[in-house]
Amino acid sequence: MSEISNGSNVQTERAPGAERPLLEIKNLQVGFNTQDGLVKAVDGVNITLYRGQSLAIVGESGSGKSTTAHAIINLLPGTGHISGGQILLDGQDLTKASKKDMEAVRGRKIGFVPQDPMSNLNPVWSIGFQVEEAIQANGIASGRKAVKKRAIEVLKEAGLGDADRRMKQFPHQFSGGMRQRVLIGMGLAADPQLLIADEPTSALDVTVQRVILDHLESLTRELGTTLLFITHDLGLAAERAEQLVVMYKGKVVESGPSAEILQNPQHPYTQRLVAAAPSLASRRIQATGSIAAAESSMHEGAADAAGEAIDLIATAEARAGALAAAPPAPPAIVVEDLTKVFKIRGSGDFTAVDKVSFQIPKGTTMALVGESGSGKSTVAKMLLKLEDTTSGKIVVGGKDLASVTGKELFNLRSRMQPVFQDPYGSLNPLRNIGNTISEPLFTHKVGTVASRRERVYELLDQVSLPRTLVSRYPNELSGGQRQRIAIARALALKPEIVVLDEAVSALDVLVQAQILRLLADLQAELGLTYLFITHDLAVVRVIADHVCVMQRGKIVEAATTDEVFDNPQQQYTKDLLAAIPGANIELGA
Amino acid sequence: MAGYILRRLLQAIPVLLGTTFLIYFMVFAMPGDPIVALFGDKTPPPSVIESLRERYHLDQPFIVQYFIFLGNIFRGDLGVSFSGQPVSEILMATFPVTLRLAAMAVFFEMVAGITIGLVSGLRKGGIFDASALVVSLILISLPIFVLAFVMQWFFGIYLGWFRTTVGPGAPTQDLILPAIVLATISFAQIVRLTRASVIETGGQDFVRTAASKGLSRNRIVPVHILRNSLIPVVTYLAVDFGTLMVGATVTEGIFNVPGVGRTLYQAIIRGEGPTVVSFVTIMVLIYLVVNLLVDLLYAVLDPRIRYAK
Repeated sequence: MSEISNGSNVQTERAPGAERPLLEIKNLQVGFNTQDGLVKAVDGVNITLYRGQSLAIVGESGSGKSTTAHAIINLLPGTGHISGGQILLDGQDLTKASKKDMEAVRGRKIGFVPQDPMSNLNPVWSIGFQVEEAIQANGIASGRKAVKKRAIEVLKEAGLGDADRRMKQFPHQFSGGMRQRVLIGMGLAADPQLLIADEPTSALDVTVQRVILDHLESLTRELGTTLLFITHDLGLAAERAEQLVVMYKGKVVESGPSAEILQNPQHPYTQRLVAAAPSLASRRIQATGSIAAAESSMHEGAADAAGEAIDLIATAEARAGALAAAPPAPPAIVVEDLTKVFKIRGSGDFTAVDKVSFQIPKGTTMALVGESGSGKSTVAKMLLKLEDTTSGKIVVGGKDLASVTGKELFNLRSRMQPVFQDPYGSLNPLRNIGNTISEPLFTHKVGTVASRRERVYELLDQVSLPRTLVSRYPNELSGGQRQRIAIARALALKPEIVVLDEAVSALDVLVQAQILRLLADLQAELGLTYLFITHDLAVVRVIADHVCVMQRGKIVEAATTDEVFDNPQQQYTKDLLAAIPGANIELGA
Repeated sequence: MAGYILRRLLQAIPVLLGTTFLIYFMVFAMPGDPIVALFGDKTPPPSVIESLRERYHLDQPFIVQYFIFLGNIFRGDLGVSFSGQPVSEILMATFPVTLRLAAMAVFFEMVAGITIGLVSGLRKGGIFDASALVVSLILISLPIFVLAFVMQWFFGIYLGWFRTTVGPGAPTQDLILPAIVLATISFAQIVRLTRASVIETGGQDFVRTAASKGLSRNRIVPVHILRNSLIPVVTYLAVDFGTLMVGATVTEGIFNVPGVGRTLYQAIIRGEGPTVVSFVTIMVLIYLVVNLLVDLLYAVLDPRIRYAK
């Protein structure tokens, strides 16, 4: 490991020594004090970044990538502190800088764009106030008028065309994308030499993400700002940065030019990441176009090398083959003209779902795709009868849902199970895993205590979790493990239909790949029908047979997955497809 | 906004009717004959008792008494106490005193509570924080009358800084000690609430973002931490106003403050229906108005809250 991290200084085409790097991180160590002693979050990281370059740090959650970013501006959360190494900004060691010196560096020399636009603006101050404050603190302008003028300028540059009108508005009156523009504007307000962007778009819809990143890219190029970009998405990183640094468990495992790493990953972890990234996988299917080509492509080798075969392409291709071979199955779910109108106090009606119709053949997966607010989750809630319909019909297994009540509804629920987006919120923290999984069995009075126990073990095996977890509690598990528990619970009653509402959106790529594969295996084994709701088209490619694209409550396009990807009809679908990160990457297949 | 205020004031009407009815009923249901009690050990002639009963409508059924009382209130007549003094006159005499006492108490608890809570929250885990937590817990655990006696003894008798009871006219200097006692429990709660709120806000993403913009700590604390932290504290103040009124009754009794609390206490003991109900009605009214004001202040502190028409 030390060999790798020592040799991992990002070298550029320029001769070393000809120019002093803008940012040089040498053997950085960051620790957190916990009850169990010091925990190292960053362990011996070396990064060199020259002026005008862009570099991306890639890794899953907990890899130390954000901690590295926070260490640079010395804003580590809680008990975090730099326990060793150097951070040289233009020759000045930031680890030894005084409080006052750091305040001068932040904003003025290093701009920072944080991750979540929802929580990074103070809700009680107006947008204008928060931008003006950044300008004033860095001495960019003085006097009310000059400061205001500069603030409007900054916001306009960041892509808020009507900035002068919106200065007095508050963050809650802005959409996520608009807030992120404000944050980018604030980060660049004092024209810093270095801009650190910490997952600046991962909380946003794909199409918005693309617009924002395009803008950030052109803006930093124009201003000549050096960009340090942090992301969990390898495709995104490779597309947006010249240099890549891959982090794993606090260490740099691989670094170098983006294209090189993507085409020829050296470290097993990077190989797994390349193989698992849905954005890359879907792109690859697109590129190779046939089963044979996909099978013989490099990823198999990569996956083998990693010792764990997470091969999304094989899964996807097997699915396409099976679908073509099988005779058309009878529909498990029929939805006709489904409409949901919400009454909103003061501003009339809001049609969340507008005459939506689709069918899902038994044993297949239909993906419902759209941006947030397109109505896809409302469809899922109505299908599960957690929300009443305004009009239209839902037929499940030949029965009209509207006529199903009482005992019959109770029985129907056992055949139709949900998995929700947030693996943290959907498990009761006070119930252990065994109780959580067996709860549906108790509710529906299935089997005896002993047989329920057996079933729990069986389910844990199915979702590839150790049986010892039965007595553990949700807070002891990782996000991926929790989502598997949620899936195990959904499967406990041997349902025919599983509704997956953004079930993998919150997970890291490697975990996401495992879950997607698990879902595919379970479907093949048990003949399940999935309604898969997501905003991420990249995932759709590897899991779904049919796709319905929703926009503002309506289905704008419906076809098989291949048709949608190969030959999208609607501009909206094209935009969504183009927004999958990694679109412009040359793959070394 | 105006529509919201109007709606809130209209809501106050059923609340006032309900509370006056309840209190009137409870005073009515109290054991013992108030007229007989008025004469202590002596037994007055039956004719005197009869005439007194008639004068205070005590010979009427309860519901008639209640409506007579309500009708009088609408005519601005709050009735007459057993001592023959108009209730409105007693109110005018006692209210300014209690108002001064309450204002001083609110001032103490807010200034000291928020300051100590803020420092405590910013230095979480330090010696100051630990002591503030222990002291506030002790203060919350103490009954208000115990605290009052301790303070009377320590500051009034041992140190001799203040008079132990309030003199005639209730000079402000005499009110300091009772005001501090009155403020104590709320003060301790505010310390803890502010502290928790400051710690929570301090860990928010936008605070880090503010620092990443290059702002100094001296700006971040008041602008980005304190203002956001005050929102739950302000909400607490509204609820706490009720505690303050209960506390005033006890504190005024102990320190002999000629205010609303002491008068109300005495009226309850004597079973003086009209006085009790009038005083409580006014208190309920003030409570409702204070809550409305706090809700409006809440909207000023947090722009996400806007009251619909």
